[in-house]
Amino acid sequence: MNTIVILSVTGIAAMMSDVFKLKKTLYGLSLLGLLIALVFSVCDWGQYASYFNQMVLTDNYAVVFTSMLIGMTFLWFLMSKDFFSSHSSASEHYALILFSLTGGVMMTNFSDLTILFLGLEILSISLYILAGSDKGNLFSNEASLKYFMIGSFATGFLLFGIALVYGATSTFNLKEISDYVQGHNGSLPTYFYAGTLMILTGLTFKVSAVPFHFWAPDVYDGSPTLVTTYMLSVVKMAAFAALYRLFINCFAPVYEFWIPVFAIMSAVTMLLGNITAVYQKSLKRMLAYSSIAHAGYMLMALASPGIASKNALVFYLLAYAIATLGVFNVLYQVHKVTGREEIKSVKGLFRKNPFAAITLTLCMLSMAGIPPAAGFFGKYYMFVSTINGGLTWLVLIAVLSSLIGVYFYFKVIIAAFQEPELENTAYYRQPSDLTVLYICGILSLLLGILPQFVAGLL
Amino acid sequence: MNNTLLIVLLWPLVSMVLSLLPAKEASGKTAFALSLAGMLLSVYLFMGFVPANGMQQVMSYAWIPSMGISFKIGMDGISLLLIMLTNVLTPLIILSSFGRKIENPKAFYALILLMQFALLGVFVALDGFLFYIFWELALLPIYFICLLWGGKDRVRITLKFFIYTLTGSLLMLVSLIYLYLQTPDTHTFDIDAFYQLQLSGTQQAFVLWTMFFAFAVKIPIFPLHSWQPDTYVDAPTPGTMLLSGIMLKMGIYGLLRWLLPTVPAAVHEYGFLIMAFCVTGVVYASCIAIVQKDFKRLIAYASIAHVGLISAGVFTLNSEATEGAVFQMLSHGVNAVGLFFIADIIMTRLKTRTLSELGGIVNNQKIFTIAFMIIMLGTVALPLTNGFVGEFLLLAGIYAYHKWMAFFAGLSVILGAVYMFRSYQAIMLGSRHWSDSEFTPLTISEKTVLVSVAALVILMGIFPSVLMDAAAPSIKTLLSLVSAR
Repeated sequence: MNTIVILSVTGIAAMMSDVFKLKKTLYGLSLLGLLIALVFSVCDWGQYASYFNQMVLTDNYAVVFTSMLIGMTFLWFLMSKDFFSSHSSASEHYALILFSLTGGVMMTNFSDLTILFLGLEILSISLYILAGSDKGNLFSNEASLKYFMIGSFATGFLLFGIALVYGATSTFNLKEISDYVQGHNGSLPTYFYAGTLMILTGLTFKVSAVPFHFWAPDVYDGSPTLVTTYMLSVVKMAAFAALYRLFINCFAPVYEFWIPVFAIMSAVTMLLGNITAVYQKSLKRMLAYSSIAHAGYMLMALASPGIASKNALVFYLLAYAIATLGVFNVLYQVHKVTGREEIKSVKGLFRKNPFAAITLTLCMLSMAGIPPAAGFFGKYYMFVSTINGGLTWLVLIAVLSSLIGVYFYFKVIIAAFQEPELENTAYYRQPSDLTVLYICGILSLLLGILPQFVAGLL
Repeated sequence: MNNTLLIVLLWPLVSMVLSLLPAKEASGKTAFALSLAGMLLSVYLFMGFVPANGMQQVMSYAWIPSMGISFKIGMDGISLLLIMLTNVLTPLIILSSFGRKIENPKAFYALILLMQFALLGVFVALDGFLFYIFWELALLPIYFICLLWGGKDRVRITLKFFIYTLTGSLLMLVSLIYLYLQTPDTHTFDIDAFYQLQLSGTQQAFVLWTMFFAFAVKIPIFPLHSWQPDTYVDAPTPGTMLLSGIMLKMGIYGLLRWLLPTVPAAVHEYGFLIMAFCVTGVVYASCIAIVQKDFKRLIAYASIAHVGLISAGVFTLNSEATEGAVFQMLSHGVNAVGLFFIADIIMTRLKTRTLSELGGIVNNQKIFTIAFMIIMLGTVALPLTNGFVGEFLLLAGIYAYHKWMAFFAGLSVILGAVYMFRSYQAIMLGSRHWSDSEFTPLTISEKTVLVSVAALVILMGIFPSVLMDAAAPSIKTLLSLVSAR
């Protein structure tokens, strides 16, 4: 609760900063706001409290995801100073990022469908604008418009689904819906199931699962690199937190109805994402497709509900977000210096800065799911919970598609260790530009060696 | 508590860090000195080993308790011999790279030592998950060694190698998770729990084939060998030595330790089929080796033939063949390192490995000739060399299992003699004369490696019992585990 308030206040303060001439200190202030919000969020651990007529519920699940969201945003701020300094409208950028984070936090805390909808809209609308924040770039405009049109469409689905579920159960509250469904299982009207499917459609849109993924590559590729980073790490986390929370808490009694849907979606998503990523030359676009593939792995958690899959999802998201931030830090610096975003642009990194190349390798290994990096344990926990849920075929498909993944992740690693194409290519202006990469690499390794600190949280 | 095993395991990791400290020029010497110390440590380990005591120096720490994963290590005779193999060969491999032009030597030696750590880990892990982690960890350094210091076509070949082996590893992971979920409540990855599982026939078959795939790729067993010749030829020589000398023993060790005792019924059922694959591989690879023009490629195919024979022996489940397999693992490791080093010496001096362009080296290279001769005789399994002991036991065991299988497996000896003598003749004999400026005399480090390998070939051939006595009781225990259920 306090977390939402603090984040909103920081966001509003950022918006007002033009009036109060706070612009210079805004970066520090935002970081401070995030830190305070993080502290308050962590302090909620173990307290089970609900606010606003049971519309917001802070349980441990919410605390874990809120803290991860804020932590990732904090890391994102560390690598994105340029995003605020190079624009005339810096204060709006601060405000939009902070608002979208607030929306994301609401999506992890909701216990009422209206709050879910509000959170999702706050998150999405900020992102529609941010996607187009590189005004002079046509691709950025395209990304923004595409995202907005298709996003609104998805929101429509979600809203219609909520209305149908409300029609069937006459409540918005998750607990009450769950009780009602439990009590009337077998005698639920058909439009309840239709509503569930529509909500599923609306939310899987946001996590870019096949077949609702077609907006993702263009939006991720067209948006300014830093905004893409934010979408891939923070937004994806929030969307999955909401999806899992809703289906596990609310529709658990009818899981036989939606588990096959998620299982098939998961299989198709990971295969399609990985196979398409193989053919990409642009590193950014490749990472966009790989993020679709990762959404497929994460959907495995929804196909095998239970405590094990909840923990697996947390670990997977964390490992993935950390690796993404690390890789994008390099991508952003490369782009800033060379103006290109191809895989071969990272050539010569090892020659220039061995340590950076090694940490980049760690992040890539984490994405590919190879020990000793964190991503391996994400996949491992996911596999265990899925085999336990009886879906061995899904795990075999996941194994197969991971192998395809290795191929293109290793293309980046190979490029990093090759000789540079141009002499004197600098990959960063100051060593501190790659701080986030180092943090992420070390975190990936630590989580890979001592996973139990995060794995057993819930 | 006796911690020698833990120290032996962690020593390469310590050495890796230490070898990064000194200046570029000294990194090779530092790595050599440190790995020599590691060898002495393992000799000390060998002295303290009591063959009759079974699994020794077992220690177990909770690693990820919530998932039933522990850091559990220990050794019996089989592990011990493979530890010895790893720790004896690593200094030789490092020494063999001296005098070669290596860019970025610090990273190179650090990776070799990391590789050594992972290999030792595979041989001592007694927890399924820990085993898997070490198994995968071994793949990374060798991948980078081949990628960064390999030949012309390295990017494509190494990636193929990586994806090939990773396919196997991931299938093994699935089957390990499957076994884990079959253990009684509060699941565990402990190997003893795996040994006590009572699985049905179909469950055993599933585990057998998924796990076997991983091991078969690594060994490699026909028809999963297609990554091997290219990778061996393209890898830098120390990398090839690591791959053929030690790394492929991971697969055979995995069969012995993790596959046979876990799913004995399936092994009884499908053993014959698998052996047929192995023996086919023996004949097939030998025939291809005979027609090779490139010496390094020839050794690579010869290697497939030899390990095919070893794996066939493993599946006979009788004590002669299993003892032979364990001993032959060691001999093959030593001989392969020797042969690849000979190929490397020729390559660095004469810039070619094509058999038809060579010849006449015998005329002015005494030590080289004798060492090559001894190693070659070891490879063709002449009595009083190390190869004889292993191959004799293996063929005797396979004969007891099935006559015709032994007949075809026995062809490996004949065909082996054909391609080895043929290559020796082409490389060494002939009237051609290389001057000292063309074929520069061997350096001290090269002589040391060659003499050590040749000495090992002969010593192991004359005193095999020193090693066999250490392993025999463990092999008996292992086989009783397989036949008990």
